[in-house]
Amino acid sequence: MKINVEQRDSSTRYISYVVGFILSIVATVLAYLIVVNHVWPMATLVYVILAIAVIQLVTQAVFFLHIGRGSRWKLVTFAFAILIVLIIVIGTLWIMNNLNYNMTRMTPDQMLLYMKQNEGI
Amino acid sequence: MKQIADDVAVRDKKTLGFWIYLMTDCVLFAALFATFAVLHTSTFGGPTGAKLFDLPFVLIETMILLTSSFTIGLAVLGSARGFKKQTLIWLVITFALGAAFLTLELTEFSHLVADGNGWDRSAFLSSFFTLVGTHGLHIAIGLLWLIVMIIRLWRFNFKQSDLNRLALFGLFWHFLDIVWIFIFSIVYLIGGMS
Repeated sequence: MKINVEQRDSSTRYISYVVGFILSIVATVLAYLIVVNHVWPMATLVYVILAIAVIQLVTQAVFFLHIGRGSRWKLVTFAFAILIVLIIVIGTLWIMNNLNYNMTRMTPDQMLLYMKQNEGI
Repeated sequence: MKQIADDVAVRDKKTLGFWIYLMTDCVLFAALFATFAVLHTSTFGGPTGAKLFDLPFVLIETMILLTSSFTIGLAVLGSARGFKKQTLIWLVITFALGAAFLTLELTEFSHLVADGNGWDRSAFLSSFFTLVGTHGLHIAIGLLWLIVMIIRLWRFNFKQSDLNRLALFGLFWHFLDIVWIFIFSIVYLIGGMS
């Protein structure tokens, strides 16, 4: 049992951190330069930046956190956390945009009146 | 031999427990990110992100935190191989970088508040301060933890239990760096465009 752990520790090599570090720096600077120089229109930029952020997440998860090596539960809980995060973020944006869309043409007074008459609030 | 096997089993359980804490922290940050994403255009007539954010300044902050994530990795590797002096040096460097990051972040906050753009200015700024401030709070707690750990490692000559804690701290610090990458991308780069 002890031998296994020792092997795992020494198999985590310096090169893994160096590669992760260099990739992260390249990704950060790339994202920064793309935004500062307005390479694409804004609608495209948002998705490009998000894509670069996700690539960095994967890079650091593999090279720094060593997900996928050692404990299987680490990977399972990580995947589950990402699922919950996506549900929270995408769900929130969806619902709030929908509310915005339905109420955007009303003033606050109209909104109150609408809620009183139609929603019983 | 049985004793050692038990120790390893306990250590693995503790590591998994700490890992699950980090994953629940992910959910906390996800809620704050969602809040920011919904509110980032609600400036209530106040300044937008494009006017407020100083991108070169934030890039420097990002590089500092990224480097500290690298140095804590080197410290954990060094400790696993039994290089005591090297581990302590990397830990002190990590602390210095973390403290520099926190100082820059607080400088940015104090400038915003001094210019009348505090958390009470608009929903956008409330969500900004909550998200970035929560991350800063994690960093501050991490720095306290790091001080305690440097002293314990030095004082008790690298006890096994302290080495296990150091490995957990490494996970914590890498996690904070990943959260910061999303703050940098979503809050500063994307939020700075609107």
